[in-house]
Amino acid sequence: MSHYRGLQGEPVMFRGHNGDQGEAYYARPIGSGKYPGVVVIHHLPGWDEWIIEVVRKFAHHGYAAISPHLYFREGSDSPDDIGARVRAAGGVADAQIMGDVAGAMAYLRAQHNANGKVGAIGFCSGGRHCYLAACTLSGIDAAVDCWGGNVIVDNPKDLNDKRPVAPIDLTEKLSCPLLGIFGNDDVNPTADQVNRTEAVLKRLGKNYEFHRYNGAGHAFFNTSRDAYRPEQALDGWKKVFAFFERRLAASATPIAAE
Amino acid sequence: MCSYIVEKTALVGSAKGRKGWMRIDTANVYFDHPYHSTLDHVLAIDFTNEGEGGRDRVAIELSADSARALVERILAALASGELAHGKPAPASANAPVVVM
Repeated sequence: MSHYRGLQGEPVMFRGHNGDQGEAYYARPIGSGKYPGVVVIHHLPGWDEWIIEVVRKFAHHGYAAISPHLYFREGSDSPDDIGARVRAAGGVADAQIMGDVAGAMAYLRAQHNANGKVGAIGFCSGGRHCYLAACTLSGIDAAVDCWGGNVIVDNPKDLNDKRPVAPIDLTEKLSCPLLGIFGNDDVNPTADQVNRTEAVLKRLGKNYEFHRYNGAGHAFFNTSRDAYRPEQALDGWKKVFAFFERRLAASATPIAAE
Repeated sequence: MCSYIVEKTALVGSAKGRKGWMRIDTANVYFDHPYHSTLDHVLAIDFTNEGEGGRDRVAIELSADSARALVERILAALASGELAHGKPAPASANAPVVVM
């Protein structure tokens, strides 16, 4: 595994949904090489310190990574205050988030250091958004869903104007390889829901791999919480980087040709 | 998983935030992942003034057990306080300010 200890990270402006201009955090290795891109989709609490650390982690591993601030339209207050307002308003519409993710992908591909491949990874609600993006956006070469809940929606009352469709119902349109990382003690998604998601992927002949971890629940990569499980998280990160290395290297084979 | 479940209640009161004291008219209450606490889930309350745009807040994050204990102590304080001072008339955010 190559490490890129010289890296540059900084806030940048990108064009998101409807052409709206907002802030993102962008980090990449310093050097003249061509690097695969990764869009990092943050969780509901917001664009916090941990997600910025994740972006830099990808740069350390040789990726040009970007995390769009999905709540940038709410202003420039601290991310936690903005996250609280977004939560009180019932969250952000899926359509807007998909537009922002597409904009972040376009930003990566427009950089001189891009190798042309772009993956996406999301955590928690961002995992759900990543699943949704992999099923609805074109141009994603690999997607990683880390414990995204509500991919399966058992109660139709949980669907609304902002989240009108359960991502599982769009699985037929999944257009890239999917990696799933889950803790068996999680309550959303439950182990049963993960199994049901896998059954749909299998039935539809999709290219996927799921990894489930005992002794771990939700958000077990998150080093700032009691949920952190170092052994499982280290193995999970290995799975993520191995997956992206296979799928996003310049020589990676497009899925349609496999 | 982060949920979007928020219990919202109107209230009459004040809270001290980063800019000093402010009137508050709303509490958003939820049990979900924290921003600051290391716990997996917390009972969080955001006190805001939606009448003034809701941009400032006073936020707390509590463990589930301590939140339940706090609810009990709030009710106990109200019971003993109202016994000592009498039960006040319902407060209104629009009540006129009386200058003594």
